[in-house]
Amino acid sequence: MKKLINAPETVLADALKGIDAGDPNVRVDHVNRVIYRAAPKADGKVALVSGGGSGHEPLHGGFVGFGMLDAACAGEVFTSPTPDQMQEATKVVDRGAGVLHIVKNYTGDVMNFEMAAELAVAEAGVEVAAVVTNDDVAVKDSLYTAGRRGVGITVLLEKIVGAAAEEGRDLAAVKEIAERVNAHGRSMGMALTSCTVPAAGKPTFDLPDDQMEIGVGIHGEPGRHRVDLGSAKEIAAQLVEPILDDLDMTGAPAIVMLNGMGGTPQLELYLMYGEVAALLEKAGVSVARTLVGNYITSLDMAGCSVTVLKADDEMLGLWDAPVQTAGLRWGR
Amino acid sequence: MTVTEGTITIDDAVAWLGSFARQVTEQRDYLTELDSAIGDADHGANMARGMTAVMGKLEEATPSTLDELFKSVGMTLVTSVGGASGPLYGTFFLRIGTSIGAVTTCDGADLATCLRAGLGGLVDRGKAELGDKTMFDAMAPALDAFDAALAAGCTLQECTAAARDAAAVGRDATFDLVARKGRASYLGERSQGHLDPGAASTAMLFEALAGTIA
Repeated sequence: MKKLINAPETVLADALKGIDAGDPNVRVDHVNRVIYRAAPKADGKVALVSGGGSGHEPLHGGFVGFGMLDAACAGEVFTSPTPDQMQEATKVVDRGAGVLHIVKNYTGDVMNFEMAAELAVAEAGVEVAAVVTNDDVAVKDSLYTAGRRGVGITVLLEKIVGAAAEEGRDLAAVKEIAERVNAHGRSMGMALTSCTVPAAGKPTFDLPDDQMEIGVGIHGEPGRHRVDLGSAKEIAAQLVEPILDDLDMTGAPAIVMLNGMGGTPQLELYLMYGEVAALLEKAGVSVARTLVGNYITSLDMAGCSVTVLKADDEMLGLWDAPVQTAGLRWGR
Repeated sequence: MTVTEGTITIDDAVAWLGSFARQVTEQRDYLTELDSAIGDADHGANMARGMTAVMGKLEEATPSTLDELFKSVGMTLVTSVGGASGPLYGTFFLRIGTSIGAVTTCDGADLATCLRAGLGGLVDRGKAELGDKTMFDAMAPALDAFDAALAAGCTLQECTAAARDAAAVGRDATFDLVARKGRASYLGERSQGHLDPGAASTAMLFEALAGTIA
């Protein structure tokens, strides 16, 4: 394992020091491992708290700031944060209008956020609502799985819902748009290589040079199936088709994200986006906004994911609203 | 630590937890390896971190009653582990603490009752059923075996040995199962042919219990 770390045990604590020092939009509570806005939002506005395992940066800490999150709870690498962290963050950011928890659908994240919401309501009287993202079409949503994973739509949701909260909408309205964004978003990911979790010291899975994993999540877990490595054009089809099979994306403006898994150069991400855009155009999907880059990563995994959100004019307006975070910044 | 006349003292409980802490720490790479195959490669590190925190807290000050002891263990796991195993193991011990009451010793029947309450907490939190390929698959048979041994008039030592053996059988049975809960369920049939990491650490919990009541 070759990594820019001091020791596997101190990766998170050391990275939080760097985030504190390097991102003027945030301040870090190093004891509770919560990243807060440097300038809290005004009283009477709904606050957004998200969080999850570390290793997906810029998600979630890099999306704390004006127009997006109020706080992000950082767990160990690929491990959900704990209820006490979330409870503390919830109490600190509440401006009297309630707090929305944005949770990616993983067993651990959901259980910890549930415990945190119970604690925050019981002990601090904070009104808490939650949205659980589950946009990954690689996972069959059935009684026989933990349900679809929350992946790329989480980025788009934090932006759009962040703008809605910034406008001053109440908690019910903020939760409603959050659920609407999640319901209209679909993602599919693939990996060229595994990633190496610092505490494990070696790649999570072996992947021969001539093969790839289709349908991976964001934790270096193996995907749905392993196939021969194809061209960018072929890979794009294997990502776009399952998304369009799952939800008709025509007849509405789409927001599309071509996301890197952390170990793939931006040049290849642009190349992949070109292929994806061509496929979407051919399928009659009208792309209104795009993001191409590393936004929800899986440590040093090489690969990418595609997220398509079937948006509407309201979502586009909220998407275009000003945002100032380390991960997304425009209009301000 | 030996138990006299089939009762469990605070020292016994601490010895049980200490033995469990040693096992998950010594076997952390093994647990992580199991988790790498069908999960996200963190179960060993998480359990080792959690149980190290538990033992550190108990060394600072050992609670004077069993309920305080187990509640403290549960809260420490909930706040130090994260992932799914934090809330699951945490809720398990919290419910044991709530069930056992402010006592300083308990007998086999008390232990069976509070372990059953712990299992109830696990189910409330994780909604797992037998055969889902989770820690439930090791724990439920272990408690059934404990109860059966108790009903047959066995000693506490025999009860914990029966629980240990049943937990190991339950753990091994997860090998052929297709996961229906947790992160391994994303793999569908590819989760077959691997032991469930949570069932493996649960088997260690009962091995530690049987080893303590020797």
